[in-house]
Amino acid sequence: MSSTPDAQPEARTVRGTVVTTVPRASFDPADGSARPEELIDVYLRVNGAERHARVPGRRLLSDALRHDLGLTGTHVGCEHGVCGACTVLLDGQPVRACLMFAATAQGHEITTVEGLSTPDGELGPVQQAFVECHGLQCGFCTPGFLTTITAYLDENPDPTPEEAREAIAGNLCRCTGYQNIVKAVCRAAELRRGDDPAPDGTQTPPAPTQEEEQR
Amino acid sequence: MSTRTVGSPVQRREDPRLVRGDGRYLDDLGHDALAAAFVRSPHGHARIVDIDTSGAIDVDGVVAVWTWEDLAGSGTAEEPLPMLLPHPSIEHPVTGYALAKDRVHHVGEAVVMVVARDRYLAEDAAQRVRVTYEPLPAVVGVEAARAAEHLVHEEAPANVGAYFEQHLGDAAGQIESAPHVLELDLDIERSACMPMEGKGILARWDSEEGRLKVHASTQTSTGLRAALAAKLGLPLSAVEVITPDVGGGFGVKINHPWPEDVAVAAAAMRLQTKIKWVEDRREHFISSAHERQQLQHVRVGFDDDGQILGMEAQVWHDHGAYLPYGVIVPLNTATHIPGPYRMRNFSVTFTSLYTNTVIVTPYRGAGRPQAAYLMERTMDAIARHLGKDRTQVRSVNFVQPEQMPWDLGMVLQDGRMGIYDSGDFPASLEKLKELVGWDDFEEYREQARAEGRQVGIGLACYVEGTGAGPYEGGHIEIETSGRVNVSTGLTTQGQGHATVFAQIVADELGVKIEDVHVTTGDTRRMAYSVGTWGSRGAVMSGNALLLTARKVKEQALRIAADALEANPDDLEIVDGIVRVKGAPESQIPLPMVAVLSNPLRYAFDETARAATQFGGKSDESKPPVGDAEHPGLEGSDFFSPVRTTFANGMHAAIVETDPHTADITVLRYCVVHDCGPMLNPMIVEGQVHGGVAQGIGGALYERMAYDADGQLQNASFMDFLMPFATEIPHIETDHLETPSPLNPLGIKGAGEAGTIPTTAAIAAAVEDAEGFPIRRMPISPPELWELRKQHASNTTDPS
Repeated sequence: MSSTPDAQPEARTVRGTVVTTVPRASFDPADGSARPEELIDVYLRVNGAERHARVPGRRLLSDALRHDLGLTGTHVGCEHGVCGACTVLLDGQPVRACLMFAATAQGHEITTVEGLSTPDGELGPVQQAFVECHGLQCGFCTPGFLTTITAYLDENPDPTPEEAREAIAGNLCRCTGYQNIVKAVCRAAELRRGDDPAPDGTQTPPAPTQEEEQR
Repeated sequence: MSTRTVGSPVQRREDPRLVRGDGRYLDDLGHDALAAAFVRSPHGHARIVDIDTSGAIDVDGVVAVWTWEDLAGSGTAEEPLPMLLPHPSIEHPVTGYALAKDRVHHVGEAVVMVVARDRYLAEDAAQRVRVTYEPLPAVVGVEAARAAEHLVHEEAPANVGAYFEQHLGDAAGQIESAPHVLELDLDIERSACMPMEGKGILARWDSEEGRLKVHASTQTSTGLRAALAAKLGLPLSAVEVITPDVGGGFGVKINHPWPEDVAVAAAAMRLQTKIKWVEDRREHFISSAHERQQLQHVRVGFDDDGQILGMEAQVWHDHGAYLPYGVIVPLNTATHIPGPYRMRNFSVTFTSLYTNTVIVTPYRGAGRPQAAYLMERTMDAIARHLGKDRTQVRSVNFVQPEQMPWDLGMVLQDGRMGIYDSGDFPASLEKLKELVGWDDFEEYREQARAEGRQVGIGLACYVEGTGAGPYEGGHIEIETSGRVNVSTGLTTQGQGHATVFAQIVADELGVKIEDVHVTTGDTRRMAYSVGTWGSRGAVMSGNALLLTARKVKEQALRIAADALEANPDDLEIVDGIVRVKGAPESQIPLPMVAVLSNPLRYAFDETARAATQFGGKSDESKPPVGDAEHPGLEGSDFFSPVRTTFANGMHAAIVETDPHTADITVLRYCVVHDCGPMLNPMIVEGQVHGGVAQGIGGALYERMAYDADGQLQNASFMDFLMPFATEIPHIETDHLETPSPLNPLGIKGAGEAGTIPTTAAIAAAVEDAEGFPIRRMPISPPELWELRKQHASNTTDPS
């Protein structure tokens, strides 16, 4: 029992396929009226570059980054602000990109995980520390941790393991058990300070001792 | 010689890409695809009276609105989804539909699919679909299912989907004559995998080629491919499934095809386009899969030493609204109850029940955490009854190392007999006692008590059948550039396969690990595979790739021997160069061997031009490619073990329980783990850490809170509590490596180990801190507080 929208009878029950590419009466989700959804021009400054997207006002920042600008490193894990996978830096401060409209990010500096590497393409210290410390498994939550930790180390460049644990306590990871992420925070702090030579390729720094990490 | 990498903590090769944000997960693909959204049942159980899609059709950008009727004409898409793993115990198999037909059986079941220009519009339109339901009584929880006042499916009397029993010796007789007998009622709740990335599918129909190309966040691309081809009436050769980066699985992505897979792929074919569906978090809670919930009754007879003489276990298992993945979970529970203990008189009966809740499929551990919970709670009860040390009671029951291989006497979920191949349980226990300081704990308890703190210690042991067959395969191809392309069919979702498999191949071939490139889960590269589940990736594909590498190496040495006019047995490969042992100046680089393997006349690159120096006189009487040869330096092989290998381990937890608030804090968590020789200790430890964290979540925080109507009350990360970093202690690990005789690498699986005994270990620690039995997990502070009240008013100890 197929029906096409061009042959709409009065309100009726249909259980059938609708296939069309012809535009129909438009729909504005704001009030359910027939007006087309208004698009707005949004100008975002992302990882130091000016970017433009023409999007509905309700477009989430996370979706705009991922789907309009193609920066898919920022992930969406819950879309209600708990998991932290979508965390980006807004003027250096971590924010949940899934709880913000793209339009409201105008006029701010946004840093995504793609912006954490050095200008010449080398891994940034937090990225490098995650690699060295096995701070990731599936990698889905990782960009949110990387941005969060980057901002944290700006404020506290020399955290104890206990402080490192607190610093990441707003992000969910389902793979690692967090232990190696804690280790990576401390290692990233060392790398940022440049006071520790990089370990060779097959070694990871020792874990914090039990005493160091007692909560 | 090259440095061997197997056994070293080699850094992961996938990481630089993932930390740059260059991962390719499902939703990172197909930005120009149409988007699907689903209208889902708001009722736990209801009859569908009417569906009115007219409001949805009005939405600008909507391309299709499908109900069950629209699935007709796409193969057998309108018929029920397959029962993937039939088993003789399944008395009344019921599976769901890709879109609900006449009834819905759980909240979240897909009823209508809307396809639109983007996800926002698809969701707008979905909200305008009007479905009229006639609600029916819902059956929620094991007790309601068992009481069977209402039925989930009319075709499943008493709500029973499957019933089975296994018996060893004479459990009842032994219990009757035992000096001591105990009975326990145990309860373990529902939890879920909750990978950070939900499920998803991107399906493209190529109308020019008549092919369906699917990207899916799955644990089995070959399985999904076969299922989609069958459901959509396509030849297998016209379907390809590619698994990109996957943001965690833990079991939930092994079930296939999901309703959405069939509906989306069918629509992509019909509309001759590209359609994507990405699950959102609420959908994941109410329409994917959960696990764990069981009620258990144990009757055990034992002697004065605590040696078990006979044991009977009855288990009632909640498997949710449908049974698409069969009875793997309860079968695993049944066969893992004996754990590391000698059980010669044992019986287990299992009743697997339908309820009006989300389906149950394997979650990390897959039925084994429940088995460890049952057995280890029983061990603790025996020790408590006899007033003995809990490690002592376990020791007298252990299978001894000299008794290996130990015939369990039970048929495993793969239909084969369970035989423990290796392990040294007394040695593991010694290591654990030392690691956690078991013998010094009373001193610590006194010290804590003096500070007004209440602490407890617990332990739990397990064995785990890992690396189940039937097979995995490998393919290795060495390019003329020296690049080594390695493929295996199973998928990866964070286990570091690209690193570990590269280590194995690099070591075996004698090439640099940098030259090895691993592809997993792409049916275009390897069409035969089973999937990533049951701690089998390294065991199955690791060994398959080892065998494949040996085969390709043999071919390389044969060709090189011809070129060097040497005997293949006298050759070795070091850092990608084939050379004569003892006379390294006589050598040929592996890339050049690749050129020689393919007698093609085009000098398309530098290596091919240089290879002419080895183009000696050819035998005019033979064809350029001999009968037993093939062009190209490449090969395939498969590994198929005779049976499952058994890993094992023991965990100990120290907890503190707040005397006023009943808050429970895990102070220390210690693990001794035996998965045989570790290919990459860093990765094994990472797997253990992650498993323990999930186990602690399951012990203390995670619970699917259904109301009596089948509404999931906590279907968000705000309300379903998963541990953050602050809830997980530093995990202390030690390893015992007893190699398995069942595979050339000698390895046993490690993926699920961390999760299996955690609930049991923490229950034991809380019990030890409080002094009364803990029989229901997870346990929250309010529940512990209630238990304290009960035990204060009723000092009779039920154990």
